[in-house]
Amino acid sequence: MVQNLNYIPIHDYLIFCSALFCIGVTGVLIKRNALVILMSIELMVNSINLLLAAFSAYTNDPAGQIFVFFIMVVAAAEVAVGLAIIVVIFRTTHSIDIDVLNKLKW
Amino acid sequence: MLVMRHELLLVIITVILLLVEIFLPKDQKHKIILPAILLFTIVTILGFLPGITGELFGGMYVSTALTMTMKNILNIGTLIVFIQSVSWLKKEENKEKISEFYLLLLSTLIGMDYMISSGDFMMFYLGLELATIPIATLAAFERYREKSAEAGVKLIFTSALSSGILLYGISMIYGTTGSVYFTDVKAAFEATPLQILAFIFFFAGMAFKIAIVPFHLWIADVYEGAPINVTSYLSVISKGAAVFILMIILYTVFAKIAIIWRDVLYVTSIITMTVGNLFAIRQRNIKRFLAFSSIAQAGFILLGLIGQSQLGMTTVIYFVLIYIFSNLAAFGVAGIIANVTGKETIDDYDGFYRTNPLLSLTMMLALFSLAGIPPVAGFFGKFFLFAAAAQKGFYILVFIAVLNTIISLYYYLLVIKAMFLNTSDQPIGYFRSDNYTRIGLLLCVAGILVIGFASPVYEFILNLSYGLY
Repeated sequence: MVQNLNYIPIHDYLIFCSALFCIGVTGVLIKRNALVILMSIELMVNSINLLLAAFSAYTNDPAGQIFVFFIMVVAAAEVAVGLAIIVVIFRTTHSIDIDVLNKLKW
Repeated sequence: MLVMRHELLLVIITVILLLVEIFLPKDQKHKIILPAILLFTIVTILGFLPGITGELFGGMYVSTALTMTMKNILNIGTLIVFIQSVSWLKKEENKEKISEFYLLLLSTLIGMDYMISSGDFMMFYLGLELATIPIATLAAFERYREKSAEAGVKLIFTSALSSGILLYGISMIYGTTGSVYFTDVKAAFEATPLQILAFIFFFAGMAFKIAIVPFHLWIADVYEGAPINVTSYLSVISKGAAVFILMIILYTVFAKIAIIWRDVLYVTSIITMTVGNLFAIRQRNIKRFLAFSSIAQAGFILLGLIGQSQLGMTTVIYFVLIYIFSNLAAFGVAGIIANVTGKETIDDYDGFYRTNPLLSLTMMLALFSLAGIPPVAGFFGKFFLFAAAAQKGFYILVFIAVLNTIISLYYYLLVIKAMFLNTSDQPIGYFRSDNYTRIGLLLCVAGILVIGFASPVYEFILNLSYGLY
């Protein structure tokens, strides 16, 4: 497994994961749909997971891979709470567009 | 006593309250209030017993005399929040959800305790998330109110984004040092460009949690939308815990790049103080007002961190302790007014002294303490912060901070002027606050006065602090 990974230099992982991370951040910043924002956050977290796994394989240290499991669990919990609150908002406003969230300003 | 005492006690009472909640009939939920407060009081007192310091799980969990003091400070603050929130929880629309409030609050406190005691980045991250996610559900507690739900969704999105940024930093720290343990990371840290980038990501993530400018935009919205008792918890306990762990990580893990994070703190401290103060002037809603005031206070806290000495560490912990008492007193008065009359703007406070003198005096003490007027505790907190920064030669920074204190005095006095000098045709009428609110406010006032006059508290913290090593 580690030998297969070593055919790909670590820099490629770094660049690829950074690109994924940037796509995720851009999605969070420009998308107006609450569900798409949650998906973008998920993309960010998954790029980090890939990066941790790659580092872990290259340094032969299992801690990074264990970390990935915990991050997955936490991300799932985060999304669950986020979705629950979005459902509450959908019941009152009948929209999941975050532009309806304008009751609080300056 | 056990090494992991604080956390274990909290877990035990959380489980007990969960069981009580299951067996209580639906219309009897308010009976959980008194046992919850009593149990938590016992936990707070037990926390002060001398404990064993040491490491658990191969260094993942570290307990020192300093972390125990931090946990005790958080326990005291949470106890006051528990007592203050009773009058709000007893309202008709919250009656079915009383136990949920306590359970969620206790689980965030468990997360904060683990976060403060963490010895590696995994434990730190798990504690941080456990401390954040339940708060979002608490912010959306009054979900029938659109503002509350909006605060919840804003909090969960910003916290998810910020923990993503934080994790990206952690992953690069792990990649370049080959370990997630604080001690190993510290030993392997070489200040390469990638590691400095990782530190910037890490700091940005933490800045979101502490609400340092330019990562502060979520805070005013969340503070205004969330129920006022949740806001007070968010503004003191959450922020205090995040400041503690940021300080520990900066002083231990990132000790080698102190010269870099000193510059980062220097700039963010100035911006945070100034922006927080200038925006606070134009606020009319008391919750938004206190939100911006808390941003300004975060700027002052950074001023203490920059000192990176034993004195700096002591003053930060001491300042957070004072800030907890002062802010909880201010939020307590604002909360009881909002609960009884539903009024939340500063203009509504016109002529408040004539109808409710004691509450006005409490508010005045709290705001004086936040502004830093002697002889209340806030003065000594600010004085030591300035001294810690000046000791290291940051005279310009201290000068800007003093200027900011003067600006902050202006807007704190605006509220006091509204209560004491302004007259109104329809002032808020006289009301009797219930006993729980009185006890809560009394604890806050006692804290503000006692810490201001008794130096043993300060000397106790000074003996535990170690500064940068």
